[in-house]
Amino acid sequence: MQDPVVVEGLSRRFGQLLAVHNVSFEVHRGEIFGMLGPNGAGKSTTLRMLCGILDPSGGRATVVGFDVAKEPERVKQNIGYMTQRFSLYEDLTVEENLRFYGGVYGLQRRERSARVAEELERSGLTDRRDQISGTLSGGWKQRLALVCATIHRPPLLFLDEPTAGVDPVSRREFWARIHHIAAEGTTVIVTTHYMDEAERCHRLGFMFRGALLDIGTPTEVVERREIRIALVLTPNVTGAIDLLRGHPAIDEVAPFGDRVRLATRGGVDPIVLARELLATGPGIGDAREIPPNVEDAFVAMVHDEERSGGVP
Amino acid sequence: MFAIAWKELIQLRRDRLTLGMMVGLPVVQLLLFGYAINTDVRNIATVVYDQDRSAESRGFVRRMEATGFYEIVGHVDSYDQIGVALRSREAMVALVVPPHFAAEVEAGRPAQLQLVVDGSDPQVVASATDTAMSLASARSSVLAVERFERQGLPTSTSSQVIAMEPTTWYNPDLRTAVFIVPGLVGVILTMTMVMFTSMAIARERERGTLEQLIVSPVRPVELTIGKILPYLAAGYLQMTLILVVGSWVFDVPIVGSIPLLYGLSAFFIAANLALGLFFSSLAKTQQQAMQMSFFFLLPNILLSGFMFPWEAMPAPARWLSLGLPLTHYMRVIRGVTLKGASLFELRYELIWLAGLLVVLTVIASMRFRKKLD
Repeated sequence: MQDPVVVEGLSRRFGQLLAVHNVSFEVHRGEIFGMLGPNGAGKSTTLRMLCGILDPSGGRATVVGFDVAKEPERVKQNIGYMTQRFSLYEDLTVEENLRFYGGVYGLQRRERSARVAEELERSGLTDRRDQISGTLSGGWKQRLALVCATIHRPPLLFLDEPTAGVDPVSRREFWARIHHIAAEGTTVIVTTHYMDEAERCHRLGFMFRGALLDIGTPTEVVERREIRIALVLTPNVTGAIDLLRGHPAIDEVAPFGDRVRLATRGGVDPIVLARELLATGPGIGDAREIPPNVEDAFVAMVHDEERSGGVP
Repeated sequence: MFAIAWKELIQLRRDRLTLGMMVGLPVVQLLLFGYAINTDVRNIATVVYDQDRSAESRGFVRRMEATGFYEIVGHVDSYDQIGVALRSREAMVALVVPPHFAAEVEAGRPAQLQLVVDGSDPQVVASATDTAMSLASARSSVLAVERFERQGLPTSTSSQVIAMEPTTWYNPDLRTAVFIVPGLVGVILTMTMVMFTSMAIARERERGTLEQLIVSPVRPVELTIGKILPYLAAGYLQMTLILVVGSWVFDVPIVGSIPLLYGLSAFFIAANLALGLFFSSLAKTQQQAMQMSFFFLLPNILLSGFMFPWEAMPAPARWLSLGLPLTHYMRVIRGVTLKGASLFELRYELIWLAGLLVVLTVIASMRFRKKLD
């Protein structure tokens, strides 16, 4: 069976700006694929091209078997789409919003009523069905927006920064829901710049300045960077940072509470290096190594890119 | 204080639309008021019902035309045909010459001409009758002098030979309310319909729901018609309200067929809604949509014939006004409510309205593509 999303050399230009440059990847069925990158990296632009609402300037993309440039309307019938703005009609009630989106996605009257009732129950919104959507809290709005985007049970779901501005508890609940949806066989593509969210994805694509830098599982992308992280206690955090910054083996130094967090590349032991450099100056106390995370991998990748100047 | 003024100026400079309006509005207003608005009616379309067909009657018609106030657009053979001409707005004035007019004049006996005037536009009535009356008395004097010279007879009486009897049809009391209220239906519909729809899409754009609709399988046609339908009903409600209150409070008659009026109104309302959708495709915010609607309303009020006689405008202003749905609707609603005009008599207005509707709908849906860029 063909992958639900196949992207080959996709590009998008806005005037002089190359927003997306020669991006290629596949997303497998039932997978949660995270697109990670800073603002303006081209994540949303890529997503919009995959939804068939923005024409690619080059390359091609096939979504649920349809070419996004040639058959955008067929693509639209088979996808759900949710953005950080939630796109709810704030002056309609919860149930009216659901009915509306059910109708927009062509559900017939009887089927629609049954589906709306079912989804209200499943998402725990039944008690709030008559509440005006604008009066819901951020977390509930997000939940409703997700139900609206999936009311037609699409095989593919696009989420564009779906947790922006939502409290941590709601974010966790949201991600639990996303995993549930994926477990039922729906493919999910999500953009985010929260690194903790990135770690909840099955696979990640790192975007930076319009290019796709790396792709793989969170573990893979972290391991590929060969990063080691140490947390070092020192009486003079600022002095230690000044001293460590600029050393060729050290990729990143930052204050971390009363400690200094430093990252090395190429297998250099960060604790040994720190002891060596700090012993004479600011002094060094307890030091321990911690495993690198996706954020470290991302920062390392951006540094590599900036050093080589490889991105157009 | 200066910091605020400075910031305000910067913002104003960046907001091209507002800036454009600030400059554009005075210029457009100036041109419209100064150039297009003229309450002196000239070239009033006139038909002649000549039952005499004599040199004297033709001479009178020629002299009428020579004043520049009347433009003879045709000849008719009955009062019924005068009615048709007035209801279809082919003419606003009709001159009726009685049989044996020349013979009576020749004999020095008083003869009476009749001027039938469309009272649905009081401003036209005044210009039209005054000029005709003075023409009649001028000709009477000339005839009197001729008779004196030819026959050596002194003018027997002081009474003039040719009398002009003005008759006003359709609004005999020349009440302003009767003239204004039906027109107001058109103005209010233009204002609210354009504003409602232009804001409706801009609101969706602002809230981000438009993007959600664009990624849905809804077709542009479905979206356009779905957006228009509820407002069409709202338009009918407004129209009914104005007509009912107008008839109760201001005693404005509805002479013609109500189904015909409502049927033709559908074209007008839909055309305005399509125009609103077009505006909304240009506007990025609700505020801009609102500004555009107001900007559009001004020429409608001034050029459509709602306040100032259309006939009095210079040709470029009239051509421009033909592109406004309100100009045609003004004729439809006044024609039906005040004169009882039939569909056949209003056929050209129908063709215009339908044509404008098609053009506006095509433009609106071309602008609204299901893409983001």
